[in-house]
Amino acid sequence: MKLTLKVWRQPGPDAPGRLVGYPVDDLTPDMSFLELLDVLNQRLILAGEDPVAFDHDCREGICGACGVVVNGRPHGPQRATTACQLHLRAFRDGDTITVEPWRAGAFPIVRDLVVDRGALDRIVQAGGYVTAPTGSAPDAHAVPVPKADADTAFEAAACIGCGACVAACPNGSAMLFTAAKATHLGVLPQGQPERATRAESMLAAHDELGFGGCTNTGECTAACPKGIPLTTIARLNHDILRA
Amino acid sequence: MAITGALLFLYVVAHALANLKIFFGPDALDGYGHWLRTLAQPAFGYGGLLWVARAVLLAALVLHVTAAAQLARRARKARPVGYAHRATVQGSYPARTMRWGGVLLLLFVVYHVLDITTGTLNPHGVPGEDYRNVVADFQRWPVVVAYTAAILALGLHLWHGVWSALQSLGSTLAARRAARIAALAASVSICAAFLSVPFAVLTGVLR
Repeated sequence: MKLTLKVWRQPGPDAPGRLVGYPVDDLTPDMSFLELLDVLNQRLILAGEDPVAFDHDCREGICGACGVVVNGRPHGPQRATTACQLHLRAFRDGDTITVEPWRAGAFPIVRDLVVDRGALDRIVQAGGYVTAPTGSAPDAHAVPVPKADADTAFEAAACIGCGACVAACPNGSAMLFTAAKATHLGVLPQGQPERATRAESMLAAHDELGFGGCTNTGECTAACPKGIPLTTIARLNHDILRA
Repeated sequence: MAITGALLFLYVVAHALANLKIFFGPDALDGYGHWLRTLAQPAFGYGGLLWVARAVLLAALVLHVTAAAQLARRARKARPVGYAHRATVQGSYPARTMRWGGVLLLLFVVYHVLDITTGTLNPHGVPGEDYRNVVADFQRWPVVVAYTAAILALGLHLWHGVWSALQSLGSTLAARRAARIAALAASVSICAAFLSVPFAVLTGVLR
């Protein structure tokens, strides 16, 4: 299998960047997208060139470290799939693929495809936790939680903080992330007392960090590798209006 | 956005229903226009309440457009460098047309006021003769084409807008498919009500 990559190369945060074309051959359809970048980098290193910088860690779709925009879509064309779990069988032999970093003012580019997603941490720091010490993990069923609430909390807690929602949003909003982080606490008993103030302070931090406003376009949900639903945002809005 | 939008939506619903009076003849429509002006006449004078309504609507519109402009400006600042490869729409298509569709609607509203309210651009243009003004308008096909395009833009705008407003107001209804269906049903019926008039004129049902 042979593919042509057009990769965003930018040597540093303030250096100008550009798309550079790289033909890559001898690929197999069962390689992951990150393995494609590994193969490219091996060849660049052997040729004495700088390898393409990109973030990755677990390579099993659960850590949230990887993430590049493939042909305009965060994490590539496959729904509910991180870039590391995307395989080359999703492409056709001979395809040209554009690979870009997450584009957001709040995510400054560190190098090539690596962006600083610290802004997401700062949203969580603004209130995405339970203030009272709750001790170690309680015995199961010590605090009764209705099944529906547990499911909603878990659905939101599946957020791996990769930032694909921001990358996909035409407004550059991190509302899906913020909503997921507020919801997975807000619907559980331990998170109830601070539910409204948490939502309010997290949204205030979100706006201050320079993310755009949500207009419910739904691009975030379509790009989310964990399929977090748009209703999570409705729940956040509900909590904010109660605050 | 949601609150001013809701106000404008309620007005559009009332407007669509009032338009249907045209099917009951000239007296029904012209009489309705006259009645609007005599509403609460002892308190506000002839046409007074209408001016109050216009002021409220204008304020809602100005705030709605201001909010939209602020969101657009924030969006531009939130993504200073765009993507080289722009993907096709994954989310909602009507959502992606809200801004430019809204601009189109604004232009239409200006034309519509000059046409129907002031009569300046109307081929008949006699105040109080609403029925004749409307029929004179829609006997010209370019007016029908422009009007149809504007109403379809309105339909798309409301389809996303109604649902989005429910979502923004944190409605528990938005948690269900029902909100999407309700928004679609509302926008389709409003479009149908508005479009029934020009096509009734075009086909000779109204003359």
